[in-house]
Amino acid sequence: MLRILQFLYSLRSFLLFVLLEVVAVWMIVSNNSPQGAAFFNSSTALTGSVLKTQSDVVDFFTLAEANKELTEQNAALLEKLTRINPPVDSVTFELDSAFEASFKFKSARVISQTLRFAQNHITINKGEKDGIKPGMGIFNQDGVVGRVKTVSKNYSVGISLLNTGLLISSKIKSNDVFGSVNWDGKNPDEAKLLYVPRHVKASVGDTIITSGFNSIFPSGIQIGTIKEINPGKEQNYLDILIALSADFSRINYVYLVENTQIGELDSLYQQAEIRNEY
Amino acid sequence: MNIRTFISFFLMGLILVAVQIFLLKNLALFGVALCFLYLLVIFSLPVSIGHISLILLSFGIGLFIDVFYDTMGIHAASATFIGFIRPYWLKVISPTGGYDDNNEPTLKEMGMGWYFTYAAPMIFFFSLIFFSIDQWGTGGFFGVLNKSFFSSTLTFLLAILVQLLFFKKRRGI
Repeated sequence: MLRILQFLYSLRSFLLFVLLEVVAVWMIVSNNSPQGAAFFNSSTALTGSVLKTQSDVVDFFTLAEANKELTEQNAALLEKLTRINPPVDSVTFELDSAFEASFKFKSARVISQTLRFAQNHITINKGEKDGIKPGMGIFNQDGVVGRVKTVSKNYSVGISLLNTGLLISSKIKSNDVFGSVNWDGKNPDEAKLLYVPRHVKASVGDTIITSGFNSIFPSGIQIGTIKEINPGKEQNYLDILIALSADFSRINYVYLVENTQIGELDSLYQQAEIRNEY
Repeated sequence: MNIRTFISFFLMGLILVAVQIFLLKNLALFGVALCFLYLLVIFSLPVSIGHISLILLSFGIGLFIDVFYDTMGIHAASATFIGFIRPYWLKVISPTGGYDDNNEPTLKEMGMGWYFTYAAPMIFFFSLIFFSIDQWGTGGFFGVLNKSFFSSTLTFLLAILVQLLFFKKRRGI
């Protein structure tokens, strides 16, 4: 018995090493499932406030550019607003609940993000206090950015579109063919459009937008444009490379979208025993 | 280790980790070369430090970096490995006559040739483990090798530069 204990004692540093590696691997695995709750990450109070201070300083230098983008977007929105404002008419009627707006929008600022890994995350400066919930979609004026993963009181962490674990239900705008956008972990400007059957006639330059099927994003938010089409290695699907429209190297301000009917939809899916794939 | 060297090591660690979090986190030269300057803390600890405390310290630093990088566990796993192999590697490349008790394995004390054989392989292995875990399942061993090679080159060059500029001979920082 004493010999065994002595033997173990002589191996103590190796055993500690193995133990710590197991802990680290466990953390990696539990953090990388897109739905799993993370224990500590950049949304905790201390790290969040440190990163926010850093981004306060850095953002100061890009204020002019951010302002310009915001005013441009304001102008575009105003133009749209004047177009859809309905004229008062004697035949105006109440809309059915099916046409009610079921999406709520919020704005936030990105305080930290990574680009160069296979699993990238972004941290934003709003949390539970501001009504952010896990599962909300994140986009900016150029296109889809990601999805909220965990929320703390003041900050939240989202999975970036540049994360091999995130699939976004999308369609080709010109012919309404559905597919899923997924990043392949290589170039931060490009992603793959998966599950488009071979018979589909798509052409380079076509726009990819969100389909609105997975009830995270409303339909019609831009994701990117088709860059390359190849017959895929698999028999049934095309291998489509898309150029992402959001420039991930300079994301400052983002919008968050919440589907107010997602609870009802989820329980409906559950009753129908459909597993909703986010 | 007396209180003065302890404080100087603590300050050096704090500064290097802060630089890593605030400046080097967003740096990626040509999209492939990342910099892990905080490894310099683990490399510069005295030769006489205990194996257990070295491993624990490496794990702690890695975990701290992880929290800010949102790469839970990846830095910790790779840094712990470095902490584990450091004493063995030091034994393999020990100069004739061995180490003094208060030797610090830094550039100024040991010279350029020795430091290259000491730090370069360990930085490369760190990068290799780091990118292997990070790119797990996305395929492409070539991409991992590519990133590891350029990242370790950049890290090594920067580590040399920092030591030439800021480290005094004798006395940590």
